[in-house]
Amino acid sequence: MKVSYYPGCTLKSNAKNFEDSALCALRELGVDVQELRRWNCCGTVYSLATDDLMRHLASIRNLIRVKEAESDSVMTLCAMCYNTLKRVNEKVKSDPDSLQKIHKFMDEEKIAYRGDVKVRHLLELLREDVKFEAIGKKVKKPLQNLKVASYYGCLLVRPKEIGLDDMENPTVLDDLMAVLGAGPVDFPYKTECCGAYQTVDKPETVADRTYSILMSAESRGAEVVAVSCPLCAFNLDHRQKETAKKHSDFKKVPILYFTQLLAIAVGCGEESLRLDLHYVDPKPLLRQKGLI
Amino acid sequence: MRTNISKKKVRDEFVRKIEELSGQKLLACYQCGKCSAGCPAVGEMDILPNQVIRYAQLGFKEELLEAKSVWLCASCYTCNVRCPKGIKIAEVMEAVRQVLLRKRKDHVEVPNLSAEDKASVPAIALISNFRKFTS
Repeated sequence: MKVSYYPGCTLKSNAKNFEDSALCALRELGVDVQELRRWNCCGTVYSLATDDLMRHLASIRNLIRVKEAESDSVMTLCAMCYNTLKRVNEKVKSDPDSLQKIHKFMDEEKIAYRGDVKVRHLLELLREDVKFEAIGKKVKKPLQNLKVASYYGCLLVRPKEIGLDDMENPTVLDDLMAVLGAGPVDFPYKTECCGAYQTVDKPETVADRTYSILMSAESRGAEVVAVSCPLCAFNLDHRQKETAKKHSDFKKVPILYFTQLLAIAVGCGEESLRLDLHYVDPKPLLRQKGLI
Repeated sequence: MRTNISKKKVRDEFVRKIEELSGQKLLACYQCGKCSAGCPAVGEMDILPNQVIRYAQLGFKEELLEAKSVWLCASCYTCNVRCPKGIKIAEVMEAVRQVLLRKRKDHVEVPNLSAEDKASVPAIALISNFRKFTS
């Protein structure tokens, strides 16, 4: 199975643990991942103003790169890239006038984009193509006795036409964790916003959100929280420093990308996990469980 | 507190502009408050999300342009997906921000951020923040 892959900016820096673990796990699962030869920023956020077409260009250029690679679909790991690329794609598919205007800005591109690339998140690929049952059969190191709360955040599940699962009660990550042998922990804050980019100018606000989200997960028995977005990962992991300063009853909890847990389960080595990039060190817990 | 509602305000260009930028019909809102009930940022907001819509319907331009709420909204879309009338509240918040940003009234002053501030957060945070909060 061959897939075109769009990484996005943070997967090559702060979220290298996300990328390395995903690529290792996919190799073990027999998926041939081809990174686009050229790509640029997706825009990070979908522009909501009706007349702001200029800000859709970055996404369209990436979708043109997919066409140039002679592929009809592209896989993302980052939830923000997934949401932005997919929404822009849906926008131009349903609005030919806007697409026409966008083309006029990009007359140097050799391909006039028609909205015909399918944007998919890794979770969709695992669920629909690789299939969870097959993943279960390839588990070499089950995540036994590990209680994992899966945090979906906003952009994997909202808005409805973009979301890859039920927008109020998604379970895809929990289903994957169960296949890997972990104990999924459901918690009411799993789709509550972490504060996203407010982390730049209002870190205190994000620290409060991190407190609410993680305390809820911990109160349900979670030992680790699994995420799928580099910005959620930063807020839930690195902002625990500010959270602990603000809330004396706060207990730190390790945050892992779901791909790191997948990589462990399918037999990837510790070097693919890049555990050095975490603020809260997950190693003591993983050692205690015999997973590294 | 007495609030003065006038035809002049309701028919102000500002109301038309918000409707145009957001693509929303503001009068569809019947003020059920479901958006405010589920908003994770509501604790810090000065005007609740349903009040943002009400103010926009009635042309309360100054009140909206001074509101902290539009800068606390992180476009998480919880309100959008729950609105029984299908109104996209996040888009209305964006329209209010855009009215200000298009006059170069940035919410985040990039030159005021220290090198340490910028180095301490990932690229994804900086780019999305600047796209939402600067012109």
